[in-house]
Amino acid sequence: MLQLVSRMKLDRKQVEHVAWLARLGVDEDEVEKFAVELSNILENFEILKQVDTTGVPPATHAVPLQSVFREDASLPSYPQSDVLANAPREEESCFKVKPVLE
Amino acid sequence: MNKLYELTIHEAHKLLEGREISSVELTKALLERIAAVEDKIRACVTVTAELALRQAEEADAAIKSGDITPLSGVPVLIKDVICTRGIRTTCSSRMLENFVPPYDSFVIKKLRAQKAVLLGKTNMDEFAMGSSTEHSAFFPTHNPWELDCVPGGSSGGSAAAVSGDEAVYALGSDTGGSIRQPAGFCNLVGLKPTYGRVSRFGLIAFASSLDQIGPITKDVTDCALVMNAIAGYDPMDSTSVSYPVPDYTSSLEGDLKGLKIGVPKEYFTEGMQPGVRSALEKAIRKLGELGASIDREVSLPHTKYVLAVYYIVAPSEASANLARYDGVKYGFSEQDAGSVIEAVERTRQLGFGPEVKRRIMLGTYALSAGYYDAYYLKAQKVRTLVKREFEQAFEKYDALVTPTSPTVAFKLGARTEDPLQMYLSDVCTLPVNIAGIPAISIPAGFSDGLPVGMQIMGKPFGEETILKIAFAYEQATAWHRRKPKI
Repeated sequence: MLQLVSRMKLDRKQVEHVAWLARLGVDEDEVEKFAVELSNILENFEILKQVDTTGVPPATHAVPLQSVFREDASLPSYPQSDVLANAPREEESCFKVKPVLE
Repeated sequence: MNKLYELTIHEAHKLLEGREISSVELTKALLERIAAVEDKIRACVTVTAELALRQAEEADAAIKSGDITPLSGVPVLIKDVICTRGIRTTCSSRMLENFVPPYDSFVIKKLRAQKAVLLGKTNMDEFAMGSSTEHSAFFPTHNPWELDCVPGGSSGGSAAAVSGDEAVYALGSDTGGSIRQPAGFCNLVGLKPTYGRVSRFGLIAFASSLDQIGPITKDVTDCALVMNAIAGYDPMDSTSVSYPVPDYTSSLEGDLKGLKIGVPKEYFTEGMQPGVRSALEKAIRKLGELGASIDREVSLPHTKYVLAVYYIVAPSEASANLARYDGVKYGFSEQDAGSVIEAVERTRQLGFGPEVKRRIMLGTYALSAGYYDAYYLKAQKVRTLVKREFEQAFEKYDALVTPTSPTVAFKLGARTEDPLQMYLSDVCTLPVNIAGIPAISIPAGFSDGLPVGMQIMGKPFGEETILKIAFAYEQATAWHRRKPKI
């Protein structure tokens, strides 16, 4: 099992906030577990503070690529039935969700 | 002659071309082999027996009319992260358990064009997040060399299947070592191509700046043949590169005279098993005997930061990529909730497994207001330094050689309790994805009866050089011919 780190980098409240940002439902046990695990993992990331990155640009692409353009040509799209085939709920050729407006 | 299911691609091709066997015979032999050993190995999520036999008949008809390619009629298994039209593609996740893609990925189109025979889809760590295939939401896969050991991951199903002769070859995907580490654990050849060399169209995204598809094969010649088929530019993947595709088999010749190989010392330290070290020492000596000049004094001091860089960058990208799983357009959906937002939260809570949730949380945190600069931006800056360090090394060396993994395959359950221990199994393979360069893992000996992999890293688009080195080593050794007793 993971050891509790001396100073928890993430408390329960922060875990709940991050879960909210990620739209990830979490129960009480998960909040507790994530607080310990993520704190431990983040503690190990502290090593990056040792690296002097003054004036170093952040990496963007793994290989140098210029802006990629293509012709603005129309292409056939997928048949509606194919696109809706995996829909958990559909109605009148639309994806169906719970009401978003009161 | 070998049993049919033991054949390599080039061996099977020769027999198909000479009309000594048919694709239907070969496909039946492999389907029977799957039926015989799958209970023990559990490499497959889906077996498409009917489709395979139909494709084999089509391949036989084409071959009869003189239309044959190196992959015609040869059966393959595909990691279940690669979309196959009309065939369930699950990512070994509850979230996509019943997802049937409406299109083929680029690589599948390429294989179909060569009349390959699709045997089915292989098990993996959920959404390719893991190093042992134990994070599959369905079941763990077993290593044919020792059934209570992991096959590695995340392409563990693909590697275990080829090792157990359930397919002639397989495709995997590699974000931090997910082709090379299982290939190493299972005594196979696994190549992660240069970023952009193979189109990611239809590859379900984990970390878009790191993901690449590549082959898992029984020898180096097969690896080159599969690369010939799947490499190339694709307008559907804006990060694919229009660099010309060579015939990769043409580099499989000659000795290694004139080649300079560096051995970075940072890869031979902490946590490395003595058996892995001694196998690598012998393998490196062999490369010297084959004519390469070996420099053992290479240092890549930023190596120690790569684990932190990777586990910030990859989860950050994953948290964004996996935001699409909301239970609306496809996939698992839980509607027993009050509001539309609560339905999304419940869907994701029930649809994702623990490792996927852990990485979504980690990535969301690293990208969130107030922490972005300290984690994500800092990691991307260090990534630049790691890339520069490789660029400098490749000014002096044609290739770098390291172990694929610090250890041989570990026991099932040994690392599942401690995420950091699991993450450490990828220390030797992660830098390659961070830098975007190609690397191959090849069989390089055994330690306590389990395979040891040697990793050869190359310059961007330097696949030919690492294949040449791998081939020369393979011709001079016989490790790749050893088979597990299953």
